[in-house]
Amino acid sequence: MIPEIGNLALNFALAVALIQFVLPLVGLATHRWRLVVLAKPMAITCFGFVALAFGCLAWSFYSNDFSVANVAQNSNRFLPTPYRLGATWGSHEGSLLLWVFTLTAWTFAVAMLSKSLPAMTRARVLSILGGIAVGFLIFILFTSNPFDRILPIYPVDGSDLNPLLQDPGMVFHPPLLYMGYVGFSVAFAFAITALLEGRIDALWARWVRPWTLAAWMFLTLGIGAGSWWAYYELGWGGWWFWDPVENASFMPWLIGTALLHSLAATEKRGVFKAWTTLLAISAFSFSLLGTFLVRSGVLTSVHAFANDPVRGTYILIFLGVVVGASLVLFAMRATTVSVTSWFGAVSKEAFFLWNNLLLAVATFMVLIGTLQPIIAELLNLGQVSVGPPYFNLIFNILMTPLIFLVALGPVVRWREYDLASLLSHSKLALAAALLIAVASTFFSGDMPLIDNAQVALGVFLAAWVILMQLKNWYQQASGPSGFNAKRVKTSYYGMIIAHIGLAVTVVGVVLSSHWSVEKVIRLAPGQVYEINGYTFSFNAINNYSASNYDAIQGQFKIAQDGEVVAELTPEKRRYHASGQWMTEAGIDSNFTRDLYVSMGEQLENSDDWAIRVYIKAFVFWLWLGCIMMATGGLIAMLDKRYRKVRV
Amino acid sequence: MTPAQRKQLIFLSPLILFLAMVVILSSGLGKDPTELDSKMIGKPVPEFALESLQDASLKLTEADIQGPAMLNVFASWCPSCYVEHPYFMDFQSRDIIPIYGLNYRDERDDGLKFVNKLGNPYQAIIFDYNGRLGIELGVYGAPETFLIDENNRIIYRHVGVVNEKVWTEIFQPLLMADSTANGAGQ
Repeated sequence: MIPEIGNLALNFALAVALIQFVLPLVGLATHRWRLVVLAKPMAITCFGFVALAFGCLAWSFYSNDFSVANVAQNSNRFLPTPYRLGATWGSHEGSLLLWVFTLTAWTFAVAMLSKSLPAMTRARVLSILGGIAVGFLIFILFTSNPFDRILPIYPVDGSDLNPLLQDPGMVFHPPLLYMGYVGFSVAFAFAITALLEGRIDALWARWVRPWTLAAWMFLTLGIGAGSWWAYYELGWGGWWFWDPVENASFMPWLIGTALLHSLAATEKRGVFKAWTTLLAISAFSFSLLGTFLVRSGVLTSVHAFANDPVRGTYILIFLGVVVGASLVLFAMRATTVSVTSWFGAVSKEAFFLWNNLLLAVATFMVLIGTLQPIIAELLNLGQVSVGPPYFNLIFNILMTPLIFLVALGPVVRWREYDLASLLSHSKLALAAALLIAVASTFFSGDMPLIDNAQVALGVFLAAWVILMQLKNWYQQASGPSGFNAKRVKTSYYGMIIAHIGLAVTVVGVVLSSHWSVEKVIRLAPGQVYEINGYTFSFNAINNYSASNYDAIQGQFKIAQDGEVVAELTPEKRRYHASGQWMTEAGIDSNFTRDLYVSMGEQLENSDDWAIRVYIKAFVFWLWLGCIMMATGGLIAMLDKRYRKVRV
Repeated sequence: MTPAQRKQLIFLSPLILFLAMVVILSSGLGKDPTELDSKMIGKPVPEFALESLQDASLKLTEADIQGPAMLNVFASWCPSCYVEHPYFMDFQSRDIIPIYGLNYRDERDDGLKFVNKLGNPYQAIIFDYNGRLGIELGVYGAPETFLIDENNRIIYRHVGVVNEKVWTEIFQPLLMADSTANGAGQ
C-alpha cells in the first residue's frame, strides 16, 4: 500500500510541476495575473508530493518490503537501520528521487524566501525550476520508477547494499553533494530569468549571490565527505582518484567558485554581466552533465552501478534541450546586456578575470580528461587513458598562479591600482612566506630535490595566502579610533575564512603526498614494529560477528616515547549476503599526522599477517580546509545586505 | 567582420562548444563499455617480453601464459580494481583456472603494495609500466579481463568488474562452448 501511495504522489507531483512550469509563463505572456500567482502555491505543493514519495520509499526500505524491486535489490533484513535509510538513495532509482527531492526543496526555499523579489521575476524563476522538475519526474516515472513491484512472487529476503556503501560516510555524502549540485539550478533559473527580462544589475547579483553561496557550501562539504569516505573505506590511504564521477562533482565546484567571484564583480562594479550569466548556466549544465555521466554508464567508474542506454539517451536529450535552449537564449540576449567599462591591468576586476580564466581553463581540462576515452575512440586515436598523471600536472600548472593571486586579490582596489603600492603592501608577508617555505625544507628530511621543491612551493603559497588575508583583515579593522573587529563586514569575514581554508587544504595536499611514510610489513600477534619513533604493537586477533557480516579484527597499541598514544582495531569483514570482503582501516587522527593501520592477508603456514602501516602527514588539514571553506561560504551568505528589503 | 558580428560570434561560441560535446557524448551512448569488442578476439596472446612485477630480473613472455586462463588488467590507481579484487581472491582459492595479472601503467611500488596488501590471486604478474602490452591488447582502462582458451587464443574481453555473475553467465559458457568446438574440430 505504501509504495502505491508513493507512486501516486510522484504522478501528482508531475502534474503540479507541469502547472508550475506552464501556467505562470502563459500568464506573463497574456497578462493574466491569476495564472502568474499560481507559481508559488504550485512550488509548495510539488515539494509536498515529492517529499511524500520520498518518505514512502524510505518507509519501504525501513519496513523491508521486498516486493518492491528496488528494496529487494539493495537491502536485506539484516542491514542495520541507518544503512537502510542510506540504501534509499544507494540505488539508481533512489538517487534520482533524491535528486528531484532536493530540487523541489530548493524551489520551496526560493518560494518562501523571495519576498523581496518583484512578483514577475519570482514567477519566472519558479516556473523555470518547475520545468526542470518536470523533466526529471518524467524520467523517474517512465524509466526508473523506484516503486516498481516484483509480483506475485517476491523474495523473502533481499540481496544486499553494496558493502562499500555500508558506511556512515555514504549516508551523508550523496545528500550533501546533491544539495550542492542541484542548488546551482537556482542560480541557473535566475540567469535565464535575467536574460529573458534583459535585466542584469547589482540588485540581480545580490539576489543570486546567497543562493550560489549556499549551493557552493553544500557542494564543498559533499566533495569533502566523499573524499574522506574514500580515504578510510577503500583502505589504502588515497583520498582522490580523478575518477569520472569525482570529476563530475568537481567541475561544477570549479565553475561555481568562478561564479561566486564573478558575481561579486557584477554586484560591485556592474562588469562581466554576460560572463556571469554564462557561468551560472554552465554551473548547472555541469551538474546535469555529471548526472548523465553517472547514470548513463558511458564511462566505467567505481560509482557507475547503473548501465542502461535508454536512461542515458533520455538524460542526454534532456541535457541537450535545457542547456541548448539556454545557450541559444544567451547568444540572442547576452549582447544586449554586455557593457564594457574600463578597468586597469592591476585592479580587482582584472584579478577576478584571472581567477575566472584559470578556473574555467581548469574545468575545461578536467572535462577533456574525463571525456578523453570517448573522444579518443571517436577519432580512432587508439585507446589511451590519461589517468591521474595528466590531471596532477594540469592542476599543478593552473593552481599555482591562481593560489598566488588569491593572496593579493583582497588587497587590490577596484578600477585601478598600482604595482608599487601593491608591492609595498605585500613585501613583508612575501618575505615571511618565503622564510617559512625555506624552513619547511629542513623538516623534509632526505628526499629528492624535486619533491623538496614541491613542498617548499606548497608551503610558500599557503603561508602567503594566510598571511595576506590576516594582514588585510587587520587593516580593514583598523581605523582612526583604533582596532575594532566589528568594522569588518560579515561577508568579508566569510571570504577571509574561505581563503584561509583553501590554503589549509593546500598544506594537506602537499604535505600528505610528500611527508607520509608507508610500510607493508609482516607481523604476527605479539610482535612489535618500530617506525619514525612510533612503536606499533600487534597484540591479538579477535573474531566477532555482526548482524550482516563476520569480522577479523586486529588489536594494535601504538606508543610514542613509551606512552600509548592510540589503540587501533583494523578489520577485515566478510559480508554474509554477497560474500564480499571489505577492509576497515584503523585510524588515529590528530592535527599533524594520522596513524593508519589496515589488515592484509594472513600469510600461508604462519601466524604472520601482511599489515599496512602508514604515518600520514597533515591529512586532517584536507578536511579541515574543506570545512573552513564551507564555513566561509555560510558566513558570507548570512551578510545582512542579502536580507534587506528591496532597494 | 564588423565588431558587432564578431561579438555575435563570441556569444555563439558556448553553444557551438556544447553541441560538439553532445555529439561526443552521444557517440559514447548505447555502447555498453563493459562489452567493447577488441580487435584481438580470436587471436593468440600477442608476443611480449616484460618484467615480472615482483622480480625485475625475471622476464615474462607470452609462453608463460597457459590457457585456459584469465588475464586481468589492474592498477593501484583504479578504484574498481579494489572492488573486484576480493572476488579474484575467492576465485583463485577454488582452483578453477589460473588468473594472470597485467599491472598496467603503474609504479612498481604501488603495484606491489596493491597485491601485498590485498593478497595475490595471480599466477604471475606482468609489469607493463609503459602500457605497451596494454595498447597491443587494446586496453581501454582498468579493470579489464581477457578470457584465454586452452590454445592460448583470446576469446573474450570484459571491461569492468568481474564477479560471480560475469563468471557463471559469460566466461564459463564461453569456455565450455569453445572447448566443445575445438573438440569437434579435431
